[in-house]
Amino acid sequence: MLHAHYSETQSASDSIELALTGRWTLRALAEKGEADAAWQNRLRELGRRHVVRVSWNCLDIEALDSVGALLLWRSWGRKLPELLLMRPEHLHIFERIAAADGEPAAVVLPRSPFEGLIVLGAGVLAAMRQMRDFVVLLGQLALDLLHLLRHPIDLPGREISANIYKSGVRAMPVTALVGLLIGIALSYLSSLQLRQFGADMFIVNLLGLSIIRELGPVLVAVLVAGRSGSAMTAQLGVMRVTEEIDALATMGVSTSLRLVLPKVVALAVVTPLLVLWATALALLGGMLAAELQLGIGYGYFLETLPKVVPVVNLWIGLSKGFVFGLAIALIACHFGLRVKPNTDSLSANTTAAVVTAITVVIFIDAVFAVALRGIGVPKL
Amino acid sequence: MTPVIAINDLFTRLGGLWIHRHLNLEIAAGEMVALVGGSGSGKTTLLRQMIGLLTPTQGTIRLFGEPLFGGGGVVRERALRQRFGVLFQQGALFSALNVFDNIAFPLRELKCFDAAMIRDLVMLKLEMVELLPQHALLLPAELSGGMVKRVALARALALEPELLLLDEPTAGLDPDRSAGFVRLIRRLGDELGLTVLLVTHDVTTLAALTTKVAVLAEQHILAHGTLDEVRQFDHPFIRKFFHPPS
Repeated sequence: MLHAHYSETQSASDSIELALTGRWTLRALAEKGEADAAWQNRLRELGRRHVVRVSWNCLDIEALDSVGALLLWRSWGRKLPELLLMRPEHLHIFERIAAADGEPAAVVLPRSPFEGLIVLGAGVLAAMRQMRDFVVLLGQLALDLLHLLRHPIDLPGREISANIYKSGVRAMPVTALVGLLIGIALSYLSSLQLRQFGADMFIVNLLGLSIIRELGPVLVAVLVAGRSGSAMTAQLGVMRVTEEIDALATMGVSTSLRLVLPKVVALAVVTPLLVLWATALALLGGMLAAELQLGIGYGYFLETLPKVVPVVNLWIGLSKGFVFGLAIALIACHFGLRVKPNTDSLSANTTAAVVTAITVVIFIDAVFAVALRGIGVPKL
Repeated sequence: MTPVIAINDLFTRLGGLWIHRHLNLEIAAGEMVALVGGSGSGKTTLLRQMIGLLTPTQGTIRLFGEPLFGGGGVVRERALRQRFGVLFQQGALFSALNVFDNIAFPLRELKCFDAAMIRDLVMLKLEMVELLPQHALLLPAELSGGMVKRVALARALALEPELLLLDEPTAGLDPDRSAGFVRLIRRLGDELGLTVLLVTHDVTTLAALTTKVAVLAEQHILAHGTLDEVRQFDHPFIRKFFHPPS
């Protein structure tokens, strides 16, 4: 295969004859590659020359495709040269190029001096739109609940049950493992410190209070947000991409009632239960480590726990679980319904859903901590 | 001259069923061949094997005289893949990229053109498939079905392929648009000297577009020839396909 090639002949003092040969195609030119930038520059220089007459003999070109033609076209300064010999079938390509040419270059918007302000304003407006959409979603769910009160037959029972299974039952192994390991790690590290003060017995107070009130709910919430929240956003997002949501709407099935409500209800039910489960396993882990490290018997641990940790802490933990579950599901559905039909938007919204959910969970946790600071903590 | 596509004694087994048995097919350069067959006869499977998305159970497929999975590493395989373009049934445009970037994508992958050259090339391809420059900034979700096909065709043609494979090019288009799209393929095929293989079940498309027809039935190529030759072939499937009882 002959590559694109040309030879220059100086026929008179003021004229150059160029004979083009070989294959002027994408593949041949791509193989020539970067090394031939000089070659192209020379070609361009010849094309732009006005003092000397350059005649182009293209009759011996073996093959010409639009890439080769475009290369010539560009070196000719976007018009056919005056002196040109070319086969008609090749000339045809240039007619097409000439037709495609001449449209204005992509419009570049002038940069405004208030660029920063515009970006800031757009950000604020976008955030406000998000808030408004979220409130709309909440309102829609409230209306759905009212509707369900009057028409209990419409209760999406199967969907709720499926969601409870998917985001609750299937999440039990991972929450158990994480709870157990955190319990062991926490107990092990605290016992090292407590032993220095001779306060071994306080391990029960420490583990009981921190795990039941704080760690259990937050750990479970983070796991649920990463596991079920992302899945919910992705599911709604893909249904949006494949127009399934529109299909449901045309069948008169309410999106919020059939898709959002079951998820919200399921997570609100399931998260407190997972909190209970993970808390129990974390305490178990802590108990094991306390026995190994400090020699505190299981019997003593179990006996002391209810005495030193008021039961109201368990209720606080479970209510946190309920609120966290509610928030995670609402946020996941909010972002899922915002997905636009392209892959970028899907990934961006899934990320946003998980990040927002975890942030909101931590924020709510802080609010709980401040609001309930006088309750359930034994006074010394 | 070596045939552009040569399939030799191909066997395919999917899910415990033989889809193809003793399948042979040769397509010469410059031909426009329609591959027809009933639903589930394995047309799309065969197309996917030709472009290397599926490997046959047994037998060889050669493109331009070279096997697609013949060793020689990524470079050889990529060079071979650049010699054909594929138009998928749903277009398979990258949904996150606009029309311009979709067409520019394969050109940028080559890494041997500057931005201005790529822009000119994309605009040329858009003109070739009869789209307007202002369509370049639209996202795939904003395009009509016919435009998706045209953009996908422009992308398939971006690397100046010698062989164009089309999977149901007129599926999902109304008769008017489908006729327009067929005319476009025909014109571009003649203009660029392409070899075209299309999978279709639309007799009008086939009559307007192709020089030859290959019928896939009973797990092999039942008949292969010009439309008139194939019509004469006496077989229940062919009778039903070309002369549907009205």
